[in-house]
Amino acid sequence: MGSVTATVAPPTDAHVTPWFRTFGAIVAAGFRRHATYRQVAVAGLVTNTVFGFLRCYIFLAATDAAGRVAGYDRAQLATFVWAGQGLLAVIAIWGWTELAHRIRTGDVATDLLRPVHPVTSYLAADLGRAGFAALARLVPPLVVGPLFFAVHVPRHAATVPLFLLSVVLAVVVCFGCRYLVNATAYWLQDVRGPMILWTLGSGVLAGLYFPLGFLPGPLEATLRYATPFPSILQVPLDVLVERESTATGVGLVGLQLVWAVLLLALCRLVQRRAERRLVVQGG
Amino acid sequence: MSVIEMDGLRKEFTVRVKAGRLRREKRTVTAVDGVDLRVERGEMLGYIGPNGAGKSTTLKMLTGVLTPSAGRAEVCGLRPVADRTRLALRIGVVFGQRSQLWWDLPLRDSFDLLRHVYRVPAGAHAARLTRCRGLLDLDEFLDTPVRQLSLGQRMRGELTAALLHGPEVLFLDEPTIGLDVVSKQAVRGFLAELGRSGDTTLVLTTHDLADIERLCRRLVVIDHGRVVHDGSIAELHHRYGSRRMVVAELDAALPEPPALPGAPLHRAEADGRRLVFALESASVAEVVAGLAGLATLRDVSIVEPDIEEVVARLYLSERRGPLLTPGG
Repeated sequence: MGSVTATVAPPTDAHVTPWFRTFGAIVAAGFRRHATYRQVAVAGLVTNTVFGFLRCYIFLAATDAAGRVAGYDRAQLATFVWAGQGLLAVIAIWGWTELAHRIRTGDVATDLLRPVHPVTSYLAADLGRAGFAALARLVPPLVVGPLFFAVHVPRHAATVPLFLLSVVLAVVVCFGCRYLVNATAYWLQDVRGPMILWTLGSGVLAGLYFPLGFLPGPLEATLRYATPFPSILQVPLDVLVERESTATGVGLVGLQLVWAVLLLALCRLVQRRAERRLVVQGG
Repeated sequence: MSVIEMDGLRKEFTVRVKAGRLRREKRTVTAVDGVDLRVERGEMLGYIGPNGAGKSTTLKMLTGVLTPSAGRAEVCGLRPVADRTRLALRIGVVFGQRSQLWWDLPLRDSFDLLRHVYRVPAGAHAARLTRCRGLLDLDEFLDTPVRQLSLGQRMRGELTAALLHGPEVLFLDEPTIGLDVVSKQAVRGFLAELGRSGDTTLVLTTHDLADIERLCRRLVVIDHGRVVHDGSIAELHHRYGSRRMVVAELDAALPEPPALPGAPLHRAEADGRRLVFALESASVAEVVAGLAGLATLRDVSIVEPDIEEVVARLYLSERRGPLLTPGG
């Protein structure tokens, strides 16, 4: 027999490729799961659109004689509002209690029986959900807004790809925060308290109720650089409306990446601590 | 080497109980209290006990979901908690009251997703799925979202989902709970077929003792977190004095209860016209012959010992024990 030359893939590749396949399959399943609820998407879209008009008129009323406020002109404000309305569903800032529910009912036990870490598995499913929301909930407000308001059209070629990257990171950062809020159920069982705090806090601190530029400078800077909240909404919207230079935008997206990594690491840490003291409810 | 090993496995939970208007006290509850057990490859083990005995807790420690308070557990040579994700590839788990399927997706999509999650080669996955489709009649609801399945259909889906990655050990926690007779038979038939192949070790907890009778040669009874019986069903009957019964229908009641050597009268019914004798040392023929000399026999039937009765007696005797212990 002749000699056999075998090409052995490096061990990392052997593990990384299947890992990505598994991750991709869970992302696709997350997309399909949410695509089954189309009426929910339509109802949410109508609500987002109505509130889009309200918020847009309120913010535009706050502009000065030159048509500017907090570093935004009127077109930038309109874009901020309409893209923000669409992003709400993509980042799923409110209403995700699936993990808390599964902890409370004990169904989380089945999550732990899979050969994928729960944080990885929930993140992949959430990215799939976000993918569907991007199509069903982000695109329509971006179409409706310009029909009724003068909006800001990006001037730099890098803006759109940077915005898309920023949205993906916003989803990851928001997921990390939501996972941590849900994970309090391991200790508290009932997450209504933390959930109310999150709903109130995230809306204000992420720049949903008003752009953080409306706040006094030191407070805005503290929020922007020392908390993950602006990474959820304010950063991708500022990137899209080109409030800062492209270089500053890249820096802000880099900061988002740092928060995403930190929060996912924290989620894994919290999950590990929780598993040590886990009590599976319901036997 | 045994496929499952437990040495002094123990699990304690801390609960807070009200001890005054505002005060709460911490109390330690022992759910599993030093279980030692070995399960060999291919064995079908029935693991039973009353509610709160520690069955599900044991299973959750063996699957790595719960961290033991003390003791050692090893499954397929792995430590369940430390090696949980590696162990997940080698075991299958079915919880009768929980679902591992994706609620919003059709069963077919759930199975496909599990192929990727467990990284099963497409050929092996297809072969196993084909086998399960045949044995469990999955085809009629394979494209139905899991949320729309009946309990029986879902359980057949759960069994398939637990087996698609070819696990060495299958843990079943009350897999027939709430199922109708037909679905129960389908599940039992499937598990019996699986057990016959001898490739998969099966650990089954249930309250339906018919599951155990049909499937398991070895029975482990746990109560208050301790093993109180480990042996065959026949050994359990022998230990707790389960006896076969002879039921004799008479034309007319006897003036006095008959005394048959080796077969005491267990009870008399229908105004003394139906007598039930417990077989101890006497044979059925001796009982029938003895009765025929005393009365005109209409009918005779033999009742096999009832596992439910013996297990109920076992639970009660175990329960009374600790209650009688001072301070217990």
